Amino acid sequence: MPTQLQNTKEKKELTAIWQLLNEVCDPEVPVLTILDLGIVRDVRSLPQGKQGNEEGFEIIITPTYSGCPAMDAISIDIRFMLLEKGYKNFKITTVLSPAWTTDWMTEEGKEKLKTYGIAPPSHSEKKGEIAVHCPQCNSVNTKLLSQFGSTACKALYQCQDCKEPFDHFKCH
Amino acid sequence: MNQLIYYTLHLADNNLILTQRNAAWCGHGPILEQDIAITNITLDLIGQSRNLYQYAAKLINEKNIKLVETETPFSLENEVNEVNEDSLAYLRTEREFKNLLLAEQPNGDWAQTILKQFFYSVYQYLLYEKMQYSKDEQLAGIAAKAIKEVKYHVTWSSEWVIRLGDGTAESKAKMEKAIKELWRYTGEMFVPADYETAMIAAAVAPDVALLKGEWMKKVMEVFSEATISSPFGGDWNETVFMQTGGKNGIHTEQFGYMLTELQYLQRTYPGAAW
Ligand SMILES: [Zn+2]
Repeated sequence: MPTQLQNTKEKKELTAIWQLLNEVCDPEVPVLTILDLGIVRDVRSLPQGKQGNEEGFEIIITPTYSGCPAMDAISIDIRFMLLEKGYKNFKITTVLSPAWTTDWMTEEGKEKLKTYGIAPPSHSEKKGEIAVHCPQCNSVNTKLLSQFGSTACKALYQCQDCKEPFDHFKCH
Repeated sequence: MNQLIYYTLHLADNNLILTQRNAAWCGHGPILEQDIAITNITLDLIGQSRNLYQYAAKLINEKNIKLVETETPFSLENEVNEVNEDSLAYLRTEREFKNLLLAEQPNGDWAQTILKQFFYSVYQYLLYEKMQYSKDEQLAGIAAKAIKEVKYHVTWSSEWVIRLGDGTAESKAKMEKAIKELWRYTGEMFVPADYETAMIAAAVAPDVALLKGEWMKKVMEVFSEATISSPFGGDWNETVFMQTGGKNGIHTEQFGYMLTELQYLQRTYPGAAW
């Protein structure tokens, strides 16, 4: 096959895989896909296997927090999803560096979080601090109850206006 | 190569042993939010220690090194003679653990637990801040990731030292008692073991002796805000004999009991999994 055609085919294949990955959800915050979270860092082709296997590919993921217990589940979910769609020749690699940051979260993901009732990360280390909005009434009159919430990535807040306690996805 | 393995195990052991202590608070914290806080910190630390153990296991397997005292690791069919994160945590003996004596000290009351976490978190922050630039890429990556988590641990534990120190007469007395109990274990952090000295020379490890000044500064700032003065009636540096040994596997009396509990399941039912 001419190289150019080969490249186009490869590109199509990778695009298809990215689309499939966007159907894998975070087990702890199921409104977010793993692409919304920014934990899929790359999908790339692997050279043909020794026994003339079909060409494979590698999916590179990174954990949100060092101790995130969802990572194993996510890795298994990716595997099942791809096997179900008939892909066999792939591997999933976890990398630690560069360290995950909430800056990698998509804007769409942040909107979904808000609708779900979790205040999205409100600032990045670069932009400086912005007030945490109540996901119920949008008030900025909110108070930090605890830096540590129901999962490693969340802090516990309370709205001073509507009194509703809520989770805030920590800036990281 | 052995020195790098020992150094990585030392870092991993610090976290694992402290988390084993902290985990005993799960379901017993003074209020729900703080129960959640200490267990979240524990989860961060155990995650970091897993990254370190996995790296140590990889180095050991690659070089086919036999750690002198290590027992045969899990003999799972396809993993014969391979060391992994679990065998390093569950099947090494007491003398093979290289954690700081501070990490293994009993929880005591909430004040003692908080103070232990505070002393360690400030140290870990200063150490990892520098380790991000280690010549060893894997350690640098683990540190760069961990430092974002440890920042929260420093803030949280500092706030609690201040709350207790500058609280009631009773909470202050408890914090002072905790200082009297734990201060003697802080000196060890800044005295390098042989494997640290080797790794410092190789620009892999930060020089721990150089962290002491900054550590004292931060601790004294927090103590001052907590209105705590030295319970030893003098200079913090001179008046207390500092215990050492943990980094080289010589532990305090309580360590064996906690290790027994930590390793009980794998020792009793080798290779058990779920
Ligand atoms: Zn509100």
